[in-house]
Amino acid sequence: MSHVIVEDLVKTFRIAEREPGIWGALRGLAQRRFRTVRALDRVSFKLEPGELVGYIGPNGAGKSTTVKVLAGILVPDSGRCEVLGRVPWRERTTNVQQIGVVFGQRTQLWWDLPVGESFDLLRDIYRVPAADYRKKRDELIGLLTLEPLLDVPVRQLSLGQRMRCDLAAALLHSPAILYLDEPTIGLDAISKLAVRDFVRRLNRQEGVTVILTTHDMDDIEALCSRVLVISQGRILSDGSLAGLRAQVTTERRLIVDLVDEADWMEDPDAEVIRRDGRRLYLRFDPERIPAAQLIARLTSRYAIQDLYVENPPIEEIIARLYRGLPA
Amino acid sequence: MRAYRALISARFRMLLQYRAAAIGGIGTQLFFGLAMIMAYEAFYRSSSAAQPMSYRDIVTYVWLGQAFLAMLPWNVDTDLRALIRSGAVAYEMLRPMDLYWAWYCRALALRIAPTLLRAIPVVTLAMLFLGMHLPPTPASAAAWALGMLGSLFLGCAFTMLMNISLLWTISGEGITTLIPALVLVCSGMNIPLPLFPAWAQRILYWLPFRGLIDVPFRLYLGEIPPGEAGPLFLQQMAWTAALILAGRWLLSRGKRRLIVQGG
Repeated sequence: MSHVIVEDLVKTFRIAEREPGIWGALRGLAQRRFRTVRALDRVSFKLEPGELVGYIGPNGAGKSTTVKVLAGILVPDSGRCEVLGRVPWRERTTNVQQIGVVFGQRTQLWWDLPVGESFDLLRDIYRVPAADYRKKRDELIGLLTLEPLLDVPVRQLSLGQRMRCDLAAALLHSPAILYLDEPTIGLDAISKLAVRDFVRRLNRQEGVTVILTTHDMDDIEALCSRVLVISQGRILSDGSLAGLRAQVTTERRLIVDLVDEADWMEDPDAEVIRRDGRRLYLRFDPERIPAAQLIARLTSRYAIQDLYVENPPIEEIIARLYRGLPA
Repeated sequence: MRAYRALISARFRMLLQYRAAAIGGIGTQLFFGLAMIMAYEAFYRSSSAAQPMSYRDIVTYVWLGQAFLAMLPWNVDTDLRALIRSGAVAYEMLRPMDLYWAWYCRALALRIAPTLLRAIPVVTLAMLFLGMHLPPTPASAAAWALGMLGSLFLGCAFTMLMNISLLWTISGEGITTLIPALVLVCSGMNIPLPLFPAWAQRILYWLPFRGLIDVPFRLYLGEIPPGEAGPLFLQQMAWTAALILAGRWLLSRGKRRLIVQGG
């Protein structure tokens, strides 16, 4: 059975508009004009148990609206939505008992309470049996190295420490589904890696279904086997990262270090897109010329010290996907 | 239930941290109490007509008022206001709790914690040095205690209405200026209701505000005998229930609004 089923979900918001200036403000008093925004426009997808799905899209694309519908906070205008067999907004409290949510931009801990007390409070709120709680808590403390933080009030934590505590807080009640909303935003490299390792372990070893919303493509590359791309309320793409690449472009990159800085390079099947000292960046289409053939030809003609082939950065792929839309 | 209890206790511990505000509050309350008593003294001396309350009772009434001022629904929950302003309030619904009761628990803590910090020192000082006296009989004391409990629940239902109004007004400045004035006058906090003209009393005795101050304080003085407390408690409870129902209805409507701001 699917953990999450979303079918033809539509959610519109009415936003009051007013014209600029004093006249606009006065007119707004008498006659309000509304603009309708389609935050979700027939969104459909399914998540199977144990999937780790990246959910990406530009700002305002409808990512957090989707998460809010799944959490039962928002009621959609139409469409079907089931989380673990329940309609989230009809059974909000039962639904949230089974899910965990982490927001990179805010904390669900109590600002003035020490971390340990926040955990105890969550135990009471989620009615976690004492034995289960102790076991889960100790496990999370170990995995996320929280021991030294337990007596510290939340407001005194660094962002990286806070994020680790927030991850633990979202998991104390052993949810089957975890929503992560930009969990690595603003974190330093080490904290990012710690968060990623933890999420990977959680997904692989405990089979928790994870939906990861992020703008950090390294998160996606490191974690997600499947990526959903949403823009302007519509799902643009749903599939593996490789599939997403293929959908946008088959292009590859060849990076060449020349022996001599004065040298230049030209080839009918590859285009130099950037030069950085002795290093050249070439773009080619492997369907027109296989990489091995291109490399063989170039090495026979030029004095090359080193070279390697790579995929275009995922940021570029995504940016092209967003740009390819009607505005 | 455990969840809601834990919520009250956490919030309560948080609010007890504001000790400096409490000490400042004690000073303010003593000053206001003395000023009011001086005004009453001038008023009672200049009039030879029989007054509905004795001067001795007035003094005790004033000190009770100063001691329990923080229990009146005179302010909104500022943390809640911040949540509503930022739109983060939608995430309150991620907890497996009823939103109204979860916020009601916050309101309980908001009313109890500062009251405890102020009431004990103010009452002690007023009893020792400033002319406050004890209830005339243990029965009056018991009736007062019950009345205060009722007043607490009623006050929290009021606080909730003010909190919920923030979902529409966002800043709540209008509400927090208007409501306290209404509460202070109509509850009998500023002037005991027996001193009002008869026509005003007819209205005020019917309104919900009475249950906040007038009923418990006059039970304390024995001015209302404990035997007559029953119907007043019923009125207090009926208003509490009505305000809770109104609050729940408003909140279910307001929830739809708060969601739009989240984006």
